[in-house]
Amino acid sequence: MTELAKTMSAVMAVVMVIIGIWYVSAVALNSRWEYDQAARAGTQIGTAEVIERTLAQERPMLPAPHQVLAGLWQGVTGYAITSKRSLVYHAGVTLSATLAGFALGTAAGLLLAIGIVYSRAMDMSVMPWAIASQTIPVLAIAPMVIVVLASVGVKGLLPKALIAAWLSFFPVLVGMIKGLRAPDGMQMDLLRTYNAAPVQTFFRLRLPMSMPYLFASLKVGITAALVGTIVAELPAGATAGLGARLLSGSYYGQTIQIWSALFAAAILAAVLVAIVGLAERAVLRAMGMAR
Amino acid sequence: MSAPGWAAIAFWIGATALNIHISNRYAQRVWARPFVAVLFGVTLLVLWQGLVTGLSISPVILPAPSAIAARLMDSLPLLWGDFTQTIVKGALSGYLIGCGAAVIVAILVDRSPFLRRGLLPVGNFIAALPIVGIAPILVMWFGFDWQSKAAVVVVMVFFPVLINMVAGLAATDALQRDLMRTYSANGRQSLLYLRLPAAMPFLFNGLKIATTLALIGAIVAEFFGSPTRGMGFRISTAVGQLDLPLVWAEITVAALAGSGFFGLMALIERAVTFWHPSQRGR
Repeated sequence: MTELAKTMSAVMAVVMVIIGIWYVSAVALNSRWEYDQAARAGTQIGTAEVIERTLAQERPMLPAPHQVLAGLWQGVTGYAITSKRSLVYHAGVTLSATLAGFALGTAAGLLLAIGIVYSRAMDMSVMPWAIASQTIPVLAIAPMVIVVLASVGVKGLLPKALIAAWLSFFPVLVGMIKGLRAPDGMQMDLLRTYNAAPVQTFFRLRLPMSMPYLFASLKVGITAALVGTIVAELPAGATAGLGARLLSGSYYGQTIQIWSALFAAAILAAVLVAIVGLAERAVLRAMGMAR
Repeated sequence: MSAPGWAAIAFWIGATALNIHISNRYAQRVWARPFVAVLFGVTLLVLWQGLVTGLSISPVILPAPSAIAARLMDSLPLLWGDFTQTIVKGALSGYLIGCGAAVIVAILVDRSPFLRRGLLPVGNFIAALPIVGIAPILVMWFGFDWQSKAAVVVVMVFFPVLINMVAGLAATDALQRDLMRTYSANGRQSLLYLRLPAAMPFLFNGLKIATTLALIGAIVAEFFGSPTRGMGFRISTAVGQLDLPLVWAEITVAALAGSGFFGLMALIERAVTFWHPSQRGR
């Protein structure tokens, strides 16, 4: 067996075990309701019947995997894309804010990193606070930012994008500082012997050297931006987006809706990371840095 | 703009000039780094205060730091109650359970190469997911009190710590393992004396990431339902009443708690992994 096949089979085994545990817990968690119902109706129900019913409840404590998949399928294909019940519509709302915030955050991180690499004053004054800013649970102030900006008249995509940007700028900043400082003394000296201007040093040496670091940070940053957007959609008032879907599901006890929104978010995260990964491979290959 | 605003801008320019001067001339001195960082922080506060009063911005939009500090001092008992509810009961208990479980699972998984091979990609994938999303589900299962918050925190911190610990246990090189074999160390001994210590830098990496996640989990979970106390509850209700100074006071507490928690883990890390190159020779 090749290495890849070995890993694949191991991953499959782990996933199968997880799905197995999921089914068992679904039966265990949902069975109490069935027994209550039976006791109330004054009837006895057998184990086989309980298992069958627990996996098909309308509002289960824990929906079984096939119910979640059915909900997901229904949400994606069951309605027109413009319908408020379509998961594609909600995912699209979340995605647009995520991408806007990711672009903002990446740009801010890049600019700050360049400033910090080139100015010792910025390095000494900004960097400690940039690190400290990440120990603050930023997500927790998300609803405040939304409400405050709404009261000033800024609504819709921008407030969510700001939170996503705040979360995604830090990985980019840290990665790019490391990346822009990656050229060693020999390489810097070589450019000095060429009498290269600082701008040339930046574009011909520092920036290309930083690409692997940049893409590693972008992968972290884009998932952070997605999480930020979803949490920013939680406060009351948001009616569209995967976060709003989670919240309305929890208000009305629609567990299948919550789980399918959650899975939609997970799939979105995986797709976004995969896209960044593809871009990474393309760029690094074009630059002759592919491993 | 009135006088305080211009004064703040003047202070900003002066402080920036001083910072540039110090970082160019005295960068090697011991006091330079903390001084420049603190001055920058103070400048931000002064600028904030000056602009808010100078432009007479409504406190409903952005309260001045002085107003926030006053509100903080006024409502210390309230904030303390929220702090114990959210941080001590919710975040801390969840953090301990989640990290403890992750370490134990990592040690168990480490015995089987097959499991390790399968679990690492899955764990990496799950760690990248928006796990906060399970908060409404866990609130539904465990009720409104701190137990559900702790449960959210457990799930959130579990995977980052797990993958770091598994990677850490695999971090010993062949030479070191051979040395243990020449000592005829059994599995338990080589785990205890070689691989656990070698895993510590990785473990603390995960533990430090998990501190912020724990606070986020505990606070965000309160948005889905909580008793009438707790930092997330207070933030969302105070926003509704447009009591922004109180919101900012809560944020200050959260920021202090987050930095303190992180700093505590960094201190413990320094004590435990004093031998690691990143901790030596400062």
